[in-house]
Amino acid sequence: MSELTLTVMRLGFLAVLWLFVIVAVQVIRSDLFGTRVTQRGSRRGGGGATSAPQQAGGRQSAPPQQRQRRGAPTKLVVSEGTLTGTTVALAGQTITLGRAHDSTIVLDDDYASSRHARIYPDRDGQWIVEDLGSTNGTYLDRTRLTTPTPIPPGAPIRIGKTVIELRK
Amino acid sequence: MSVVTNTTTIGAIELPSRRNTELLLLGFAVVIPIFAYANVGLAIHGELPPGMFLYGLGLGALAGVAHLVVRRYAKYADPLLLPIATLLNGLGLVLIWRLDQSERLQNLAKRQFGLFTESAPRQMLYTALAIALFSVVLLVLKDHRVLQRFTYISMAAALVLLILPVVPGLGADVFGAKIWISVGGFSIQPGEFAKIVIAIFFAGYLMVKRDALALASRRFMGLYLPRGRDLGPILMIWAMSLLVLVFENDLGTSLLFFGMFVIMLYVATERTSWIVIGLLMSIGGAVVVGATASHVKARVTAWLDPFDCYSTSGACEQVGQSIMSFGSGGVLGAGWGQGNSDLIGFAANSDFIFSTVGEELGLAGVMAFLLLYGLIIERGVRTALAARDPFGKLFAIGLSGAFALQIFVVAGGVMGLIPLTGMTMPFLASGGSSVLANWVLIAILIRISDTARRPAPAPAPSPDSEMTQVVRPS
Repeated sequence: MSELTLTVMRLGFLAVLWLFVIVAVQVIRSDLFGTRVTQRGSRRGGGGATSAPQQAGGRQSAPPQQRQRRGAPTKLVVSEGTLTGTTVALAGQTITLGRAHDSTIVLDDDYASSRHARIYPDRDGQWIVEDLGSTNGTYLDRTRLTTPTPIPPGAPIRIGKTVIELRK
Repeated sequence: MSVVTNTTTIGAIELPSRRNTELLLLGFAVVIPIFAYANVGLAIHGELPPGMFLYGLGLGALAGVAHLVVRRYAKYADPLLLPIATLLNGLGLVLIWRLDQSERLQNLAKRQFGLFTESAPRQMLYTALAIALFSVVLLVLKDHRVLQRFTYISMAAALVLLILPVVPGLGADVFGAKIWISVGGFSIQPGEFAKIVIAIFFAGYLMVKRDALALASRRFMGLYLPRGRDLGPILMIWAMSLLVLVFENDLGTSLLFFGMFVIMLYVATERTSWIVIGLLMSIGGAVVVGATASHVKARVTAWLDPFDCYSTSGACEQVGQSIMSFGSGGVLGAGWGQGNSDLIGFAANSDFIFSTVGEELGLAGVMAFLLLYGLIIERGVRTALAARDPFGKLFAIGLSGAFALQIFVVAGGVMGLIPLTGMTMPFLASGGSSVLANWVLIAILIRISDTARRPAPAPAPSPDSEMTQVVRPS
């Protein structure tokens, strides 16, 4: 066998071996991105299409677009129930609560209705809570809601076993 | 599982099963060894080897069977484990066949045993057996969590496997190390199987005890020090591995078991202090045993300066030859079949097979091999990360940790980085136990990764349609 052929084969083998390694690493690349971010359509009754920045894993923290009143709450915090610790930024759009899958906060709570309540800002930026005809009712502090009611800061809102509050 | 923010849904990607990627890589992994086989034949005999097509066909058929089994019984398994293992095993067969062609080794065997038998056909047979065992494991083991039930049985089994080689009449003393047993003409290395069995025990045990080992601790100099009584398990494993070292003269096995326990302990408890304690204990043990046991002392001398005692001690000569073969390989190597690594002598195709890689494929080849091993380990760790159950996590970490330690111990030994330990390079070295055990290890990793990557079952029927419970005042 000629020297040249053997040299070519020697280098060729190393090249093929490394090609395999590189292809294998390419296959791994697809595993590095574990999550997918999908844009959902803007909600009806909300504050129009808010261009939320897409960030994987992080909660949206975009500053509210509309004018901010002094002392207005900036986030909604779940303080009791299975979702305890969940926070949702208040960005000027309606937040719906209930067991329905398309709710902003999906309650895993046997005592909540599918569409239980909604929380929305009025024209002045005051946040209002409204019961949507739920079975077991929505309680602000200890009173059952009958009409849309402004939420005082720090007042607990009870839905089934879940309690939420608005915080600054 | 998904996080819902105001306008986006972040959910896990539905992983495709990746079986076709695996098939493609598997084809690649069969072609490379055939290329190497042809290369060896051309370099040594100047013609294409006559058995080439039979060899290629055999390897291809084995790979095909393994792929079909994975496709049928572990659909979502990791796509890289099988092709890389196949490639390494195929190249191992070529390396063994290449060393069979060496006249030096043939003459040496004739002088020592009176006759020379080729190792490659036997290794091919073992590979076929190993693939069969691989398929059986995937068929029988539908869920790795079943193994959790055998936590304490596997501890007993591992102890028996470790003790077997010192049982008189059963154990075989081969060149100083007592790690073989001979049953009906076959010699088996029980330590290779013990490594998998003991991983089951460690995983099951640590899963239950990890809170006690992690939480009850005092802070001292930035380290969380465990309580005295929590040191019990690590001391027991340490004593056991020292006993293995003293009675079986096998540094590799004892290092493997102790290291594996420390790795799993660290992963289970997230306490750095266990690694510090483990390192201190292994250094202490190694120093004491290295100064007293004569077999280990010879290995240490050979490691410190192999060329000083080159002409007086067989161990030094082997390590020296091995280092020279790495040196003469250079960056690009001498080429398949053109090196002189057969000068190493009788262990050239088992313990020292990596020296042949170093000489004939050079630094570039050695790095590629180490990367391939690294990829198997990485896939194992990735499987552990993705696994949803704590037992599977610890089990996968234990298996990949043991695999990593074994590569380090063997490659480090033949390169002169650490004292030589007499373990075998997984998939490359000649020997049935090693091939069988490592294919079982790959099968278990494939099973765990299949469970981990399988898409979550369809969500329960929509709660929208369910009735809301009414609060009844009582």
